[in-house]
Amino acid sequence: MDAIYADSQFQDVPYEEKKKLFDQVAGDMRYESMLYGCYECGICTAACPSARFYDFSPRVFAQVMAREDVHTFYELLNESVWDCSQCFSCLRCPRQNNPGGIITIMREVAVNNGLQSAKDALQAYSRIIYKIMSTGTQVAPDMLQPDFFPDWGPDVVQVSKNLDVWRRAIPPETMHTTELAWDVSEKTRMELYLIWKLTGNLEMIEQIDEGLFMILEEVMEELLEEHGYDIDDIDSVIDD
Amino acid sequence: MTPLTILNNQPGGVPPKAKDRVFDRKGKKPELYYRDQLFELEEKGELIIHRIGEEQDAVEIETKYGRKKKVPRNMTWHHKSCGQCGHIPGYSTAIFWLLRELGYTYHDPRDQTSCTAWNYYASATSNPAAQAAVALRNFAQAYEDGFYPIIHCGTSYGHYKEVREELIHHPKLRDQTKRVMDKLGKPMVFPEEVVHYSEWVHVMRDAIAERQTLDFKDITVTVHPACHYHKLVVEDAVYDKELYDGQRTAVVSALVKALGANLADYSTWHDCCGFGFRHILVSRDFSRSFATIRKIERMKEEANPDVTLTHDTGCVTTLDKSQFAAKAHGRNVGIPVMSDAQFAALAMGAHPYKICQLHWHGVDMRPLMEKMGIDHETAWAEFEEVAAKVKSGEIEYMSWEDC
Ligand code: SF4
Ligand code: SF4
Repeated sequence: MDAIYADSQFQDVPYEEKKKLFDQVAGDMRYESMLYGCYECGICTAACPSARFYDFSPRVFAQVMAREDVHTFYELLNESVWDCSQCFSCLRCPRQNNPGGIITIMREVAVNNGLQSAKDALQAYSRIIYKIMSTGTQVAPDMLQPDFFPDWGPDVVQVSKNLDVWRRAIPPETMHTTELAWDVSEKTRMELYLIWKLTGNLEMIEQIDEGLFMILEEVMEELLEEHGYDIDDIDSVIDD
Repeated sequence: MTPLTILNNQPGGVPPKAKDRVFDRKGKKPELYYRDQLFELEEKGELIIHRIGEEQDAVEIETKYGRKKKVPRNMTWHHKSCGQCGHIPGYSTAIFWLLRELGYTYHDPRDQTSCTAWNYYASATSNPAAQAAVALRNFAQAYEDGFYPIIHCGTSYGHYKEVREELIHHPKLRDQTKRVMDKLGKPMVFPEEVVHYSEWVHVMRDAIAERQTLDFKDITVTVHPACHYHKLVVEDAVYDKELYDGQRTAVVSALVKALGANLADYSTWHDCCGFGFRHILVSRDFSRSFATIRKIERMKEEANPDVTLTHDTGCVTTLDKSQFAAKAHGRNVGIPVMSDAQFAALAMGAHPYKICQLHWHGVDMRPLMEKMGIDHETAWAEFEEVAAKVKSGEIEYMSWEDC
């Protein structure tokens, strides 16, 4: 390792492994429109909410990627990549860089490669992924539980206590639901499951949480079978 | 002392006062225009463009670089938001109520998923092909249903614009998405404009003001422009030279002015709300701190508003719910938060609980309602009366007729 990296973290990870992941980020089709060089002006960092509360800087992401500094890249990939708020305030960049977009790609690479740091970052997140992939909506009314949002005050207690009645006391018919944000038709859920299979999205989950993958596969398999599909016969269209 | 020379084209180098400054859009429009690119793809047979037709009764308004955008008023297909429907149900209900009151036809579909971008921006457990296919499935459904899609969520709006950019520039992604859509038996459709509901509220603001029943002249309002509305693929966002000299998106702020309330500025208007996707669920200390220290406290100190308005799901949630814990720590908070649609509906006399569903919000709305001239005690009793009927089984649901 070069002398300047003598005190860097992840020294046990071979350069080739780090470079492989770096190349996956730089090789992503979205990447070419996200980095055009960097003035080091720091405008992105001045606009960045995460930079105010964490040891985090979008400028560092832009520079590290532009310099092809794979060692620091690997540190960012395993640590501060999860601090970003994905607000895209950094799109104020006068170079038209998109540090937030680079971070989106880096996170996907971390997930696709099953990095332990990604698993740790997403540990408390499984039920959200499950909700989105199985129902097509994420923010469900029954998430409003006082033990999940203790800091949101007494209205969460009231909502959760009255949930069933209050949901039915909303005029639009599609919103008389407690487990889903709105009533998603079965046909639409089935189409969504086909999308997850055809795009290899379900297999991404296997990298990060095998238990969740198995539960999701079972739910999807059942509905797809009812509609005449065999889940094992649905191949991803993006393998090539 | 000689005045500092500041780049301002002013003889003598003295900068003009803020009120005298003239902001003109001097930058060049980007050469590439998404509409031209979309229609080129249609010509090549790769996409069907869902056009805004006569039946949409559209209005043309100006976007970031001075180009025109058509905003449909009628026959709209409502791409709902999971956060709005799930946790702030008065948000979507107010949008539907405004449509009904103003006499427009709309479709509230069950054949709709969310944009699923939570798995993109929060957990990165998706990929461009999956995200494009989800977008196009929803758009194809709107096309087949014969209504024009209008998007409630700021993130879905921003994300679909990102999807549009990716589809335009990457033939391989178009090919992958086409193969998915073929398997679903659905056409490759993209709408000619990606339209956010707050743009609909914006073009309706004068019609809303004409039907206003409450006087808002004593109501001071701050506005939080949603990041994914005006920062993510910037060109589509609506601007107006008459408002902040065209330097800030005009949606929401123009409504406040049209309704006769006091539009108050504050220094951190460009900052995000602190939502952060992952953070609001699993690192909420960050969201709470940012929302209260950088947004709510700044508004309090600089404008002391009666209410703050925004036009996205996560922003309403974060700005509202973060205030309870901050209050417990004695911070300078306590600003009611709602959407532009709820504010507009209240102005037109909508029921604060049956329609605007304000009991789902955290910050106490009663002082605001009193200032607006709303009898909230009677209104709550009316809501409870219907809720009791639902509870006893006398009626299964509260309907529009019960409002
Ligand atoms: S997208 Fe991420 S890096 Fe960019 S400003 Fe927002 S938090 Fe900072
Ligand atoms: S704003 Fe752009 S040019 Fe400036 S430091 Fe950030 S990435 Fe580099």
